[in-house]
Amino acid sequence: MLGFAIRRILMLVPVFLAVSVIIFLMIHMLPGDPIDNLLRIGAGPDQRAALTEKYGLDRPLYEQYLYWIGNVVQGDFGNAIVQRRPVASLIGQALPYSLTLGGLALLVSTVLGITVGIIAASFKGSWLDQGLMGGVLFGSMLPNFWIGLLLILVFSVSLGWTPVSGARGWESLILPVVTIGLGGTALVARVTRVAMIDAQGRDFVMLLHAKGVHPVVIQLRHVLRHALIPVVTILALRIGWILGGAVTVEVVFARPGLGSLLIKSLNQHDYPVVQASLLILAMAVLLGTLLGDLLQAAMDPRIRDNLK
Amino acid sequence: MLMEVKELSLSIGKVALLDRVSFSVDRGQVLGLVGESGSGKSLTALALTGLVRRIGGRITGGSIAFDGQELSDLPEPAYRKLRGKRIAFITQNPMSALDALKTIGDQVDQVSRLHLGLSRKAARAHTVDILTRLRIPEAATVARAYPHQLSGGMKQRVVIAMALAADADLIIADEPTTALDVTVQAQIVMILSELVRKRNIGLILITHDMGVVAQICDKVCVLYAGRVAESGPVGQLFDTPRHPYSAALIGCIPRECMAPGALKGIPGTVPSALNYGAECCRFASRCARADALCHTTRPLPHSQGAALVACHHPQGTAAQPEALDV
Ligand SMILES: Nc1ncnc2c1ncn2[C@@H]1O[C@H](COP(=O)(O)OP(=O)(O)OP(=O)(O)O)[C@@H](O)[C@H]1O
Ligand code: SF4
Ligand SMILES: [Mg+2]
Repeated sequence: MLGFAIRRILMLVPVFLAVSVIIFLMIHMLPGDPIDNLLRIGAGPDQRAALTEKYGLDRPLYEQYLYWIGNVVQGDFGNAIVQRRPVASLIGQALPYSLTLGGLALLVSTVLGITVGIIAASFKGSWLDQGLMGGVLFGSMLPNFWIGLLLILVFSVSLGWTPVSGARGWESLILPVVTIGLGGTALVARVTRVAMIDAQGRDFVMLLHAKGVHPVVIQLRHVLRHALIPVVTILALRIGWILGGAVTVEVVFARPGLGSLLIKSLNQHDYPVVQASLLILAMAVLLGTLLGDLLQAAMDPRIRDNLK
Repeated sequence: MLMEVKELSLSIGKVALLDRVSFSVDRGQVLGLVGESGSGKSLTALALTGLVRRIGGRITGGSIAFDGQELSDLPEPAYRKLRGKRIAFITQNPMSALDALKTIGDQVDQVSRLHLGLSRKAARAHTVDILTRLRIPEAATVARAYPHQLSGGMKQRVVIAMALAADADLIIADEPTTALDVTVQAQIVMILSELVRKRNIGLILITHDMGVVAQICDKVCVLYAGRVAESGPVGQLFDTPRHPYSAALIGCIPRECMAPGALKGIPGTVPSALNYGAECCRFASRCARADALCHTTRPLPHSQGAALVACHHPQGTAAQPEALDV
């Protein structure tokens, strides 16, 4: 198991490097550059040249890349060009907000989704199943920002129960968490339901009934364990996705966070910040897949044995 | 009588799948339930264990008496207390019968913890003891293994161990040897027949294999298309089979000709449950002795020696000359 984990982590290194190249190239191919945002109106070409040289933007691309990645590997993300602060401190400030939001949203969608999935599968084909899954499907078709706006309209503007925007107090978390969580709930519920129904039909379930085990125990202790393997894999993949997916929601609710930082820096062409934010999102996705694989092995003895 | 089934009928949806099936088994006895694929053997087992409701089935007539208690209308919670404790069911296919995510020990422990109220520790000791008695080497280690780490024969022994964990009075084993290779089959058959003698329990053995029947069964019930064709003591059935279908099965001891649709000497296959027909002998389309009566009137079971035979023209009787034997 430990050997497997180490091997998997080592395998991430080349993927990480490839992702960093892609991010770097993408950013530098975008039209516009950060110097525009630094120059005062009426500044001459020599001032521009001086700044360009100062930030190394006149060097060949590969040199710039190597310089950047070399520092990143040592934990140094450099300084923001426009925002004039260390990138690490900008991200360090934004990340906790995104992690709280994403983590809570993941928790909500996991708990709600698995519960709905279990109930739907246990009453497969009944009106309860159809009602729950219909509701969940409807919820998943609505775009995040739309749900967000709707919730703001109802709970903040009309009822005045929650703050419209910002990040002050836990109340401000409710609507964004619900907004992101709802979309995830649908996915988790559907995967749980299908996996439960698949597991319910396997031969071992009949033997459990033959042993006189209570049906609720069979569902929760046996069937659910089998069903959770695909569910956990999908949830792990969603970790990175939820951090990235928070972008629109952070904007709608005007919350600080990695998403807001990314959009702001993108508008200012603040390369170092954009690169670092994207790299962190990509890392989250990669770590998510790693976590998924490890959890799968932890949950399934057959997979564990295959690794040996 | 430990279990006595009388005129049991069963439907799934509108399709009648079992039609007035009767048999009985006592302590210390092995009853063989035989018949081609699709004849209703597994359904019978599910009916006896109250599990047929799980696949949408319904008992539409007859009675199941277990140790004097009527089971056919027993509510599910009471049935659940009986299942695994007094009536153990070894389901078809040991390869997939175990929960792949739980250790062998946990799965066997479950039975004695549930039905005997044993503590975790006591249950494990009990499990190891049973596994050892089933001649599983290093039982304590096996208890910590997962199903995929065991061979098919081992898994089947583990399932048998579950049947013994709460000291069941009746074991119903649905083709316990089919998925195993020949030498392992022989071992499992030995284990089962030993259990019956030593513990004085009843065993209903569902099988395709007439060789196994000859080896360990005391009585046989031959099912065909949801009805009993012939039932009686093993000796008589093998010496003088009365029903043409029993005779064909016996002519077929090697397992190969029991494959679905390949009964030696008898053309055709078991009819589908949708075309069973009520007022006829369901074997008529494949029977060399069939006449007009067979196609229009249901043969009712009647005594032939110690056996009950449902045939208008049983073999070896004056009604038909021996020359017509199939
Ligand atoms: N869940 C079900 N729904 C509808 N029909 C069923 C169902 N299960 C079994 N049957 C039908 O009932 C009949 C008897 O099936 P059963 O499984 O008892 O046969 P069997 O004798 O055990 O055969 P095998 O040797 O293949 O296990 C078959 O015609 C089958 O198609
Ligand atoms: S009743 Fe007729 S068709 Fe049926 S087995 Fe007997 S002889 Fe054959
Ligand atoms: Mg069967």
